[in-house]
Amino acid sequence: MIRLVLTRVLSAIPVMGVVALIVFFMLRLSGDPAAILAGDTASSEQVERIRVSLGLTKPLYEQFFGWIMQLLRFDLGTSLFTGLPVTSLIAQRIEPTAMLALSTIVFSVLVAVPMGVLAAWKANSWIDRLVMVICVLGFSVPVFVMGYFLIFNFAITLRWFPVQGYTSPFVDFGRFVSQITLPTLTLSFIYVALIARITRASVIEVLGEDYIRTARAKGQVEIKVLFRHALKNAAVPIVTVIGLGVALLIGGVVVTESVYNIPGLGRLVVDAITRRDYPIIQGLILFFALIYIVLNLIIDIIYTIVDPRIRY
Amino acid sequence: MSISRRELMAGAAALTGGLALPGSQSALAQAAPKGTLRVIPHAALTTLDPVATTGYIVRNHGYMVWDTLFAQDEQLAVKPQMASGVEISADKLTYRITLRDGLSWHDDTAVTSADCVPSLIRWGQADGMGRRLFTYIESVSTDGPKVIVIKLKRPYGLVLESIGKLSTNVPFMMPKRFAEKAVTDRLGADDMMGSGPFRWNKAEYRPGARVVYDRNPKYVPRSEPASNAAGGKNVFVERVEWVNFPDPNTALNALVSGEVDYYEQIPADLLPIVSRAPGVKVANFNPLGNLGMARFNSLAGPTNNPGVRRAIAKAINQSELLKVAIGNPEFYKTCHSVYPCGTTFDSTAGSDLMAKSSLDEARAMLRASGYNGEKLVLLATTDIPVQSAMAQYTADVLKRIGMNVDAQAMDWATVLQRRTSKNPIDQGGWNMFFTWWEGADLLDPVIQFALSGLGEQGAWVGWSKDDEAEILRTAYAEAATLDQQKQIAAQVQARAFEQSFNVYTGMFYVPTGFRENISGILNAPPFFWNIKKA
Repeated sequence: MIRLVLTRVLSAIPVMGVVALIVFFMLRLSGDPAAILAGDTASSEQVERIRVSLGLTKPLYEQFFGWIMQLLRFDLGTSLFTGLPVTSLIAQRIEPTAMLALSTIVFSVLVAVPMGVLAAWKANSWIDRLVMVICVLGFSVPVFVMGYFLIFNFAITLRWFPVQGYTSPFVDFGRFVSQITLPTLTLSFIYVALIARITRASVIEVLGEDYIRTARAKGQVEIKVLFRHALKNAAVPIVTVIGLGVALLIGGVVVTESVYNIPGLGRLVVDAITRRDYPIIQGLILFFALIYIVLNLIIDIIYTIVDPRIRY
Repeated sequence: MSISRRELMAGAAALTGGLALPGSQSALAQAAPKGTLRVIPHAALTTLDPVATTGYIVRNHGYMVWDTLFAQDEQLAVKPQMASGVEISADKLTYRITLRDGLSWHDDTAVTSADCVPSLIRWGQADGMGRRLFTYIESVSTDGPKVIVIKLKRPYGLVLESIGKLSTNVPFMMPKRFAEKAVTDRLGADDMMGSGPFRWNKAEYRPGARVVYDRNPKYVPRSEPASNAAGGKNVFVERVEWVNFPDPNTALNALVSGEVDYYEQIPADLLPIVSRAPGVKVANFNPLGNLGMARFNSLAGPTNNPGVRRAIAKAINQSELLKVAIGNPEFYKTCHSVYPCGTTFDSTAGSDLMAKSSLDEARAMLRASGYNGEKLVLLATTDIPVQSAMAQYTADVLKRIGMNVDAQAMDWATVLQRRTSKNPIDQGGWNMFFTWWEGADLLDPVIQFALSGLGEQGAWVGWSKDDEAEILRTAYAEAATLDQQKQIAAQVQARAFEQSFNVYTGMFYVPTGFRENISGILNAPPFFWNIKKA
């Protein structure tokens, strides 16, 4: 296990290096932020002065190595617009995104896994078809449409929830719950569809195995057969899809945060892209890449727990 | 059938208007702290230095935190603000400005003339009108802690108009330690120390998401009633929060549900919905309006040819263009003056060019100009609806008069970068883009930066070079009477149409939405003093 962790940590270094290289040079192709910073009425001389003051007139290789040296000191740089360190901007925004992602994962797993097991158990019945319809809808309906649908019905018409905003659970837990509910439901829809479908397929495959027949022959109640024997043995692909779904979640978070006006990392990265605020974009992409690597590592470790036959 | 995101939400909000009962604010909305004014500004505040940058959102932020020596009232007359008064010598070469009593910075230290002098100098390096003023200034100095002395080389008619200007870049007074920074060394979140009616709340600043201002309890307002940027800045709320909404539909719903109090600029297509929503009022607080403008690059062909520029101006029909870009005639009007219509220097001089638009005449003018099918690169903004519509309309009109138009679609950020290029169009250059200005930025020949004829030596992008225009602008600045100023302003306008470095595309208004318990909003840029929340 320790070897696995060490290997993954070491292999992450070149991956991050490649990500850094690609991000840095791709961004430079999109132009620089000096003109945006200067504003609409700025003269070209003012823009040029800003360009010089930001170090954007230095050769690209010099800018790149300067940034790499910063990274080696665990410094993601400073926003060109706000002058604030990227790490503190990430720290300001990480909680809403983490809470939204966490609530979405928890809710999705709690809903989708039983749904998938139920659909597999009642395969080809109306229950199975209903679950599949929900899944198809989950894949087909864009996140923003689901968001507006929920806002209209539950925030505007019924007034059960607020339209927008975020409050930290450490400040006001009740308000946090009321504000996070609709975004969570919105973002969960596609995630529930993904997990439920994989769960259904995996459990159907396992339900045909000899040990399931044996468990039933021994007189095990059906719920135990499904959750203790079938689900446990079908868990590896389900865990995989939950992990891979995190990438999907990162994309969905950007839209959900906009629809519900949640000041999270998704909005930070979109705003930074529209302004060409290089240090924030670079820092966030590296940060997302790191999260993705860590999550994959965690999933690999979970494999060994759910299926002891797996060895690294 | 397809449905767009905005249509979907328009339907949702329309139904809301029908379903919600008057006054039925949600319990969640009522939980807002009393005395907090929640505002949806027109843009996110990410840069903070109102002297170094020109964005309107930064200017509005500036008015929250800082104050000015002089300010313009609703009639655009310049009135003392931080100043108690000014003494002008008989030869009009010396201005002695005295600070009024009770002024203090937010750290409770006194405002002195030693702070104001570097503040003026810094602004004079950044602002077009400031740079012009400083070409006339021999020295700016102090005479004791409360008197600022401006000595001129020769009389200049716009001294107080310059340091009392309403819009970007506003000469805000700052403590000496910040005012002495270079203009390129922009002020950051730690430097927001002013003497204005609100204090910057750094701890709650979330760039791109939220800005918080607390009432400055030590601010001493003037005794006159508030009028535009002048008069008493009495603050009636404890706190103002600017909450940035990336999605206009969510912003609208937040206003309708009472989660916010004030929505600075409601998009035109959402107006029918918000005007039906209970508890919400809509009004235009910007009587000067906004003016649309196409700007030409006069270095690159074919727009380096004045004949081609005039032909394009002749082809553009303001009525058609405004109908396409704005839609509702309640919120636009044609204006064939280079100054906002209805203001002091509004004139008809030379305006036939645009007032009588004609495609046939435009074709003839194009032929006479020697245009020979060269490509015209139009930078077509996609993410600002008004500018996008103007560009699409114009591309079509120009094709109809026989021009070879290459309308390149891009976001505004890319337009801002591309337009700094002085290259020929086959090397990334450009010919034309659309933008718009608040009326306050176009009021006279000097304040209007787009009229500059300094070419590559200081004109706006497009680098309009016109010595005669500069002579006229200087004459305007040195004119002794209003009648003389009006006469010269008309000559500037006639010259501007003759050269056509810009095409003026008419006036439009973007109304504000606010909850019905809000009162005292000024006819001015979004200022948050004088506002009461019942």
